[in-house]
Amino acid sequence: MSVNLTLLTVMGALYACGIYLILERSLTRVLLGLMLLANATNLLILATGGYAGLAPLFKKDTAAGDYSDPLPQALILTSIVISFAVTAFMLGIIYRTWVLARQDDIQDDAEDRRVAETPSFDAEDDAVIPAETSEFPLVAADPAEADGAPDPSDTVQAGARRMPAVDAAAEEQPGSRNITPAPEGGTE
Amino acid sequence: MNIASFAPLAVVLPILGAALTFLLIRQPRAQRTVSIALLSLTLLLECLLLASVWQGGTAAVNIGGWLPPWGIVLVVDQFSSLMLVVSSTVSLAVLVYATGQGMADGDRDAPVSIFHPTYLILVAGVSNAFLSGDLFNLYVGFEILLTASYVLMTLGGTGPRIRAGVTYVVVSVVSSLLFLIAIAMIYGATGTINMADLAVKLMDLDQGTRNLLHVLLLVAFGIKAAVFPLSFWLPDSYPTAPAPVTAVFAGLLTKVGVYAMVRTETLLFPGDTFNAPLMVAALLTMVVGILGALAQSDIKRLLSFTLVSHIGYMVFGLAMSSVAGLGAAVFYVAHHITIQTSLFLVTGLIERRAGSSSVDRIAGLAKLSPLLAVLFFVPAMNLAGIPPLSGFLGKLGLLQAGVSLGTPLAYALVAGGVLTSLLTLLAIARVWNRAFWRKPEDAEHPDPVLLAAPADAATGDRAGQRNVTLLPRTMVGSTLGLVLFGVALTVFAGPLFRVAGQSAEEMLDRSAYIHAVLGDEAPVPPIAQPLRQEGGK
Repeated sequence: MSVNLTLLTVMGALYACGIYLILERSLTRVLLGLMLLANATNLLILATGGYAGLAPLFKKDTAAGDYSDPLPQALILTSIVISFAVTAFMLGIIYRTWVLARQDDIQDDAEDRRVAETPSFDAEDDAVIPAETSEFPLVAADPAEADGAPDPSDTVQAGARRMPAVDAAAEEQPGSRNITPAPEGGTE
Repeated sequence: MNIASFAPLAVVLPILGAALTFLLIRQPRAQRTVSIALLSLTLLLECLLLASVWQGGTAAVNIGGWLPPWGIVLVVDQFSSLMLVVSSTVSLAVLVYATGQGMADGDRDAPVSIFHPTYLILVAGVSNAFLSGDLFNLYVGFEILLTASYVLMTLGGTGPRIRAGVTYVVVSVVSSLLFLIAIAMIYGATGTINMADLAVKLMDLDQGTRNLLHVLLLVAFGIKAAVFPLSFWLPDSYPTAPAPVTAVFAGLLTKVGVYAMVRTETLLFPGDTFNAPLMVAALLTMVVGILGALAQSDIKRLLSFTLVSHIGYMVFGLAMSSVAGLGAAVFYVAHHITIQTSLFLVTGLIERRAGSSSVDRIAGLAKLSPLLAVLFFVPAMNLAGIPPLSGFLGKLGLLQAGVSLGTPLAYALVAGGVLTSLLTLLAIARVWNRAFWRKPEDAEHPDPVLLAAPADAATGDRAGQRNVTLLPRTMVGSTLGLVLFGVALTVFAGPLFRVAGQSAEEMLDRSAYIHAVLGDEAPVPPIAQPLRQEGGK
């Protein structure tokens, strides 16, 4: 007996086309790719059942080796039903994508993009004068400074320049308009 | 008649419940009663199963009277019954939470009428996967739970959910196809798909074939369990789903993948062929996952990344293939299912109370709702592994097993485990500081709901919106119940560790499993090097 070469070649072709198609961004093509892959796998299961034989209906005078193996066919039947359900569901969500976005492509995750574009500069941790965000601000030991107004004559080193502490503190509050986060982090 | 013979009911009861709730689709109240009652019944049955296995040892049930290795067989051993009890407890809590949410919001808005049947089918799929003693039946269990999860993931069909659902469905289908290919090849190589029978017959294959089948199964389960580098789908798809759905997915679905990996490693392919690559994968999963978590500002996304990261601990325990390591991994799985689910449930509550789950938009919750703060704080510290909570005990067990193994790679994993634990604490502390501790005015983009006067918030009168209860009693109650269950895992850590250790011993020994399925006379092949084919090279 020989291996059924046609079946194996078809299986290989289906796998190749399927893998090519699921790498596309178009959802319809991805769906077609998944269907091809599922069918290729069904052929693979069929091939593992060995050579074709008699229908597996028990007769007294047939040797056990002459029957086809029925188990792979039962497995294929199950997997066909499953891939049918999944294909129907995929068609449903592809249609829904079309209704919602008027396009057939996979969409980017907006939150992912936002996180990727967030600068590494963090006003709370990286500022020269740390932003005070806790509910219990440090109370200065000197009662003269306890009202919270910084001495206007104080200056601080902010990056390359020297500036009054009052301005620096105002700049580095979170959400301040004066700070444009540069792409690599830090402030311009 | 042994109680273990009723094991199939753990799958049948939820499916029956799904059918009933589907018939009752127009009567939400009856639907809620039926689904909660049947799930409680299932949980009770599973507790009895755990007790019976604890005393009577591993038991197997032949479905439809077909004898193994031909028929489908369900196997109840200590590991699977422990997983069943923990998973059903968690899914019951989430079900109560979800019904509370449905009742508070009014059932007309979302298509929640299909929620109950789908959810019960998901539970049936999880039970089937845990019980299955047959590789193809395991595949069917996975498909049942995945198909239900596709529906739950895209519930309501909003833009973000559909976008996330597409990624999730495609990745899951590909991993299922890989699993199916592996099953086909295993059947081609050995002529059986009964797992106990395979444990015997796979030993006769030559090393190359065994490695191919082993890697195929590991890759398929690695995608499902979200092990690096196969984990990128998870943080992308989980956060957009409704809060109870994300919670149950985070708790259960990846753990079913871990369960399948444990079975593959201990029962089908014992020995240490792939221990080193698994350890490297575990290290990368832990570290890359937690670094991803540090960059997030949305709590749900952050928790999804910590979920990926902590899968690394379980793979680490598995890869040591020692009783201590595997036992700690089993304990860690039980702990992590509970804790991760409760954190996602609390995040759902935070989102309701504060209007958002992004830490840029919320602040001052410790003052606004001290109860929420406690509910978040306890499981969060547990996740980070602060003594004396169960997360600390599980990690301690893993690290001890790693040190006693003593190889350089094991020490690297121990260091990675400690680092990941510290970074988890950092990520969680950032959420705590920003969402709970700072003043509401300090939020970068405060949510209007958050800043509403407390009197308005209590009655749930959001400006211009219809009235909703912000923190319904059922939702808080179920979350509290799950948090307390997590604390109970800490209190009863001693007995639980013993159960985990015994189940690890049983799994590594393999004879209980093989004898339960194939009869007491079945030979148990030694775990030493498998036969190499004569006359090869």
